[in-house]
Order: sequence, then structure tokens, then C-alpha cells
Amino acid sequence: MAKTQADSSDLLLDIRNLRIEAKVYPPGEAPRTITLVQDVSLTLNKGKVLGLIGESGAGKSTIGLSSMAYGRGGVKITGGEIILNGRDIRKGGTQGIRALRGREVCYVAQSAAAAFNPAHRLMDQVVEASILHGVANRAEAEKRAVALFRKLSLPDPENIGQRFPHQVSGGQLQRVMTAMALCSEPDLIVFDEPTTALDVTTQIDVLAAIKEAIRDTGVAALYISHDLAVVAQVSDEIMVLRHGKLVEWGGTRQIIKEPRQEYTSALVSVHEIAHEEKKPDASPFLSVRNITAAYAGGKIKVLKNVSVDILPGQTLAVVGESGSGKSTLARAITGLLPPEQGSITFAGRTLANRLADRSRDDLRELQMIYQMADVAMNPRQTVGTIIGRPLEFYFGMGGKERDARVAELLDKIEMGRGFVDRYPAELSGGQKQRVCIARALAAKPKLIICDEVTSALDPLVANGILKLLLGLQAEEGVAYLFITHDLATVKSIADSIAVMYRGEVVRYGPKSQVLKPPFDAYTDLLLSSVPEMEIGWLEKAISGRRMASAGN
Amino acid sequence: MSSPILKLIAQRVALGLLLLLAVSVLIFAGTQILPGDVAQSILGQSATPQALANLREELGLNAPAYVRYFRWLGGVLTGDLGTALSSRQDIATAIGGRLWNTLFLAFWAAIVSIPLAIILGLLAVRYRNGWIDKTISGLALASTSLPEFFVGYLLVYFFAVKWQIFPGISTVYDGMPFLERMRAIALPATALTLVVLAHMMRMTRAAILNVMQSAYIETAELKGLSPFEIIRKHAFPNAIAPVINVVMLNLAFLIVGVVVIEVIFVYPGMGQYLVDHVAKRDVPVVQAVGLIFAAVYIGLNIIADIAAIVANPRLRHPK
Repeated sequence: MAKTQADSSDLLLDIRNLRIEAKVYPPGEAPRTITLVQDVSLTLNKGKVLGLIGESGAGKSTIGLSSMAYGRGGVKITGGEIILNGRDIRKGGTQGIRALRGREVCYVAQSAAAAFNPAHRLMDQVVEASILHGVANRAEAEKRAVALFRKLSLPDPENIGQRFPHQVSGGQLQRVMTAMALCSEPDLIVFDEPTTALDVTTQIDVLAAIKEAIRDTGVAALYISHDLAVVAQVSDEIMVLRHGKLVEWGGTRQIIKEPRQEYTSALVSVHEIAHEEKKPDASPFLSVRNITAAYAGGKIKVLKNVSVDILPGQTLAVVGESGSGKSTLARAITGLLPPEQGSITFAGRTLANRLADRSRDDLRELQMIYQMADVAMNPRQTVGTIIGRPLEFYFGMGGKERDARVAELLDKIEMGRGFVDRYPAELSGGQKQRVCIARALAAKPKLIICDEVTSALDPLVANGILKLLLGLQAEEGVAYLFITHDLATVKSIADSIAVMYRGEVVRYGPKSQVLKPPFDAYTDLLLSSVPEMEIGWLEKAISGRRMASAGN
Repeated sequence: MSSPILKLIAQRVALGLLLLLAVSVLIFAGTQILPGDVAQSILGQSATPQALANLREELGLNAPAYVRYFRWLGGVLTGDLGTALSSRQDIATAIGGRLWNTLFLAFWAAIVSIPLAIILGLLAVRYRNGWIDKTISGLALASTSLPEFFVGYLLVYFFAVKWQIFPGISTVYDGMPFLERMRAIALPATALTLVVLAHMMRMTRAAILNVMQSAYIETAELKGLSPFEIIRKHAFPNAIAPVINVVMLNLAFLIVGVVVIEVIFVYPGMGQYLVDHVAKRDVPVVQAVGLIFAAVYIGLNIIADIAAIVANPRLRHPK
């Protein structure tokens, strides 16, 4: 780099007027080309971190991957210049692009669990790019990998490389992937939502490890996330994107404290819905008493002596990290996993433990909504059929009566009647979840179990769903059992909260009590791990912790 | 480390043996249901009732079916497959040489077809949807679509009759020199290769293409690996289980399904032996050959299952 001009010697990546298109094949229509990214320009200096933020479809990942001249699926970079280390990589040809991937630019994927090859040991995968590009020989590369494992605080750094991906937890894999990206000493790393799939208590550790590694190695980074609070912890600058276009680009402080665009302000304030806690004055209509449940024929206990109550028209939020037994509790209540001990009383009568022994009315009054709305619907049925099905099944409705009720339900979920003939594939993620809500509502249930219903959605869309759920509760008097790992959601919707940890309820009561200090160690960890929209939060949270996370 | 693996393998082997036992019952029952009487078919229509009764007594045909079954099974387990009715020869001795001939033919057909199919499959994936892929798939499909006897006669017509490169009748005998033996089986081995090639190649292609959708393939691409390295190093090891399965199925076909090819080329193997004795209504031979074919088929499938278990790192290296 000796003869680069003095004023641009710090410039690493310079993307000018980037345009990215893809060919889509909508069902029943002719294929057409859509524009994913339109006229986006950015610059990144050596050793700096630029956060890319926006909802899904904003083009964040697409822009990130363009720095490696890579387009997923049918995605093609059709215009603009991508100048890395002083040369336009699009003019480098296949060989040139291959030489820069894994050498100058490395990639850390959202799901490290899927991004590691299950057939090879971790070490072989971590050093692969370094050896391929001749950065180091095998022995040197392995030595460097072990040092990186240590830096990223992985357990047993000497030997963890000998393991296979399935033998390592998700949070550890994410750190191993970061080590893999750092191993060939690249100039730039693209972090594509590296902590999104992790539990909140694990996310904070991985985030801290990534931040430290970036600082110590002096690598530059594009940090992609939909969570502004997370991006704010690691980035020097933040770029807000929407529909493939630039919304706002500025320093981290400016973006989160003085956003200039309306959309950015919406992102900054998205977490807050004011929700007044309802008084626990009525008597519970559903009581779970001392439930113990297990998988694998009683070998793996997943619920230990769990008792909760749900009051009519109120929301009980169940929080905890993955593996804490939240969803299993839902399965026990619905009868999908008959509990080994304990009982469930519903509206004054004891519910049969097994699903098959329950009456049709029992089934009707307990409905469920799931995290993945798209797999919870039959892709070959129209919205009308999907919502109409419980009307036929539980109430024997048909013809005009059913159609009228379907239309009414569509109004309730704020979707027009024009959606009746649409297929799930033609809906957005938020619309799909709304249809699932309408389907649950069609049964006129007393309780809807919501299992991570907003986790797969963008913050603004999730916000809309939460508001809808609250509105429906006020209108219909339905109660919710709301399962989530996201404490911001809990604050917005819950009347009472049960905190679960390793199959047990560790804290339970009205929201105001549960969220009021003094906390037990686990609730404290959970609460302090939720990223806050504040610079320096990460360091403060790490140093103030009383208990280490379980590390998965 | 290997206790779950050993348990799984033991389960597969036990299931295989159980299945083989069930098949032996079926074979025995099947040949019992067939109309006709063994004594009658040995002695012919003109036999006297007394002679028939004597022979039945001698062959033990008057005992109840289950007694005869266990007698037969006991014989099989001790290596005694009985005596052929038509030739009065010991079946085990007659089968010995023929089984070896069939295995010899299957071995060489497999040696050619399996690597060829896998390489063609890899090539088809590497150049997928291009002309190389389409040519490979097209030719492979064409060779499978043609019935095997047609392929056989086509080969005979060109290589034996027109150009006279290879013999059209694959006579082999004991003590035949190796190269001559290879020359003799060239055409049947080629015919078999053409029959099984496409199936294995298409399955290899499909299995690898399925894996190519995985996120770790993208990881490999973003490390800068060349397309062929990605397929060889990252896709193939994860597609190995389905590939082994289809390879084993075709191996079984090479041994069990060669009847037509052996008859066309007059090759003295198991298939031809079976066809001859079906024509002669020689029930003990049909039973013995049927049981051996079933054992080969089940055995190879057990090997495929075990290979698939061992190929899975999750089972090889439990948490």
C-alpha cells in the first residue's frame, strides 16, 4: 500500500451507487426483476465499524455480501462500483473475487449452527481459508486459531477445535465463527446478525467478545442487525436502510439520540408500549398446579413442579432462555405433552391430561399461535379457508354465515376483505401472523397461548402485532399465555409474569412486583442482559453482573 | 464413544437376521402352496401309486409342513441345501461355483459403475443445468430406459457380431486364465454397468444438490473455495449416506437381478441356474437360490444402514 494517495490511505471500502437486482418467480405470474438495493453509497475506513440497520427486506445483508461480490440465490449486482483496498472488485473476475473472499473480507453468518459443515471438525473449518489463501501453514494457522479461541473466551481453547459443530452450543459456535473470520487476518469482516439467534443472556457475552476482538485486531467491520440497541454497542457509525434505500447515515450517538428521519425515530422508540397492569381481582379460570413433565420416557425432566394461574382477560407472560421449559409448559397445558404429575383446572373442571381425552369444547377454548406463522398454515389453502376452518369445525358454520364471520374477523385483524382469496405465500410475515391470530380468535377461545409470536418479526411489525393483541383482549376479553424471551415485549403486554429457569418457575407475580428490585440472581441477569439504546451500556452491563449466563 | 453406535448397529443386524428368517418362511410357504407334488414331478405321470408313496416316505414329504420347514432350515444353517430333484446333485456344490461366477461379474461391473456414477454425478452438479449436466443426465436416462435385454443384444450385435471384439457368449470354466475370463465377461459387465449407472448417478446428483442448499456451502463459497472443492470437500461428505444407500441397492441388483443378462450371455451364474431349475420345477433349488438372493439383498442393505450410521458425525461423536 505504499503508493496509495495520502488522503485516502485510511479508506478500506468505498461502495458507490450500488444497485442490486433479483429475478423473482411469483406463483402464477411471469418472472420479473425486482430491485433490492437502489443507489446506495458508503465508505468505511480501516479499523472502523459501520452498523447497517433496517427491517427485513431493507437490503442490509445484500449490501454486506456485496463487499464480497456475492449475491444469494438469484441476486445480482447490476450497477455501481465496489472499491476495496483501492480496486473495483467487480472488475476482478472470478479468480480475483475468489482470492479476496476469505482473505480480505470474511463473513460471520446469523446462524453459525447452520453455517458450519456438520461433517468436519471445527479446527479444519476455522483454518481452511488461511491455508487456502497461503496466509499461514497449517501449524501456524492452528496456533493462531487457538489464540483467537482464547481471546473470544471459549472454554478449553486448546481442544475445542477437535470438536464437531453439533458438540458445541450455539453461542460458542457463534464465537468460533468469529474466530474463523479473524483467522486469515482479513481487512474487513461482515457480521450478519451474529447474535440474533441467541438468547439474550448469551447475546451479551458474544457481543462483548466480538467487540473486544474487533478492537484488538484492528479489523474493520460491517455489522448488520435489525436491533438498533445491539448495533449501537459496537458501531462507530450507523446506516439506516429501508426498502433497499438509504434513510439516514451518521455517527452512532447522532442516530440514537438525535435521529433526523421519522423512520429512524420510529426505530429508536419502537420498544415502548405503555401498558397499564390490570388488577388481579378476578379468580383464575385456568390453574396449573405442581406440573412435572418429561421427555424421553421420563428421563429428561423439563418441567419441575410448576404452578401458575391465568385470570380471565389478562395476560400471563412466561419468560426465560431457550431450554427453560417455556414451550413445554404450553405443550403440557394444551395436552400435547401429558404431564407426569400435577393437574390443570380450567373453568372449574379438571382438564384431562391427554389431548385425546379432552372434549371438543375444551379444545376450542384453548387456542395457540406460533412463532413461525408460515409453517403454521397450509400453503395450499386460502386465507378464507384457513380462518373458516375452526368456524366449520367448532360451530358447524357454512356458506354465507361462515363467509360473513371470516370477513368480520379479517376486519378485526385490520386486514381488508380482499385477503380472503390470498394464499399464505402472498402475505408478508406480519400479515401471516395476523391470519393466525384470526384463526385462533375464530374459535372464540377463553385463552390463547402465544408462543414467541413476535420473535420472527421486525420490531415495527412486531409492535403492530402486540398492539393488535392488546386491542383484541380489550374487545373480546380473551386471556393470553404469552411465551417470550424478550423482556421488552413482556413489559408491553403482561399483567403477571412467570420467570422460568431450567424447568422451574423462579419468580412469579404481578408485573409490577416481578420487575421491582430486589431481584433474584437469574431475573437480574435476564433484565440486565436486555440491550439498551445507550452508548456504553454493554461494558456497564458486563461489569455489573452477579451471575454468569448458562453459556448456550 | 461408540456405545450408541454399537447399539444401533447391533439393532440393524438383529433386525436383518429376523427379516431373513421371515423370508425363509415365505420362501418355504410359497413353494408349498405351488400346485403339484414333488414326488410326482420326479417320477413323472406314469409312476405307480406305490412308487410315489415310497418316494414321499423317502423324501420325508409326509411329515407336517412345520417339521419339514425346520428340517430344511436346519440343513441350510449347517450348509446342507439339499439335493436337486432334477439332477440328483448336491445343491450346495452346484451353487458354489456359480455363486462365485456371479460375484465375479458383479464385482467388475461394480468396480466400473460405482466410481463412474459418482464422478459423473459430481460433474453434473458442478456444471448443473449446463450442457455437461444435461448430456450426462440424458445419456444416463437413455441407458436406463432401454430394457436390459435390449442393451445386451445391442452390445452383442455390435461388439460380437459386427466388429468381433468380444465374445457374444460368455463361457467361463475352472482354471480359465484371468485375462480370458475378463474378455469373456466384458459384454455382460458393460450391459450391467449401463443398467445401474443412471440410477446411482441421478441419486448422487440429487443428494449433493440437496446439500448444496445448505448454509455451510455458502460459508465455503465465501472462503473463496473453487466450485469443485466445495462439492468434493463440503457437499459430498454430507451426501454420503443417501449415495451409499443407492450404491448398495444397485450392488444387490448386480448380484440378484442379473438373471436376464446371464441368460442372454449364457453366463454360468446364479441367475441362469435359477431360471433353468424353475423350468424344471426343481423346488429345492429354487428355495436355495431364493434364500441366497434374499440373504445377499438383506446383507447389503444392512451394510448400507451401518455405513449411513457411521457416516453421521452426530452418531460417531455424541455430545
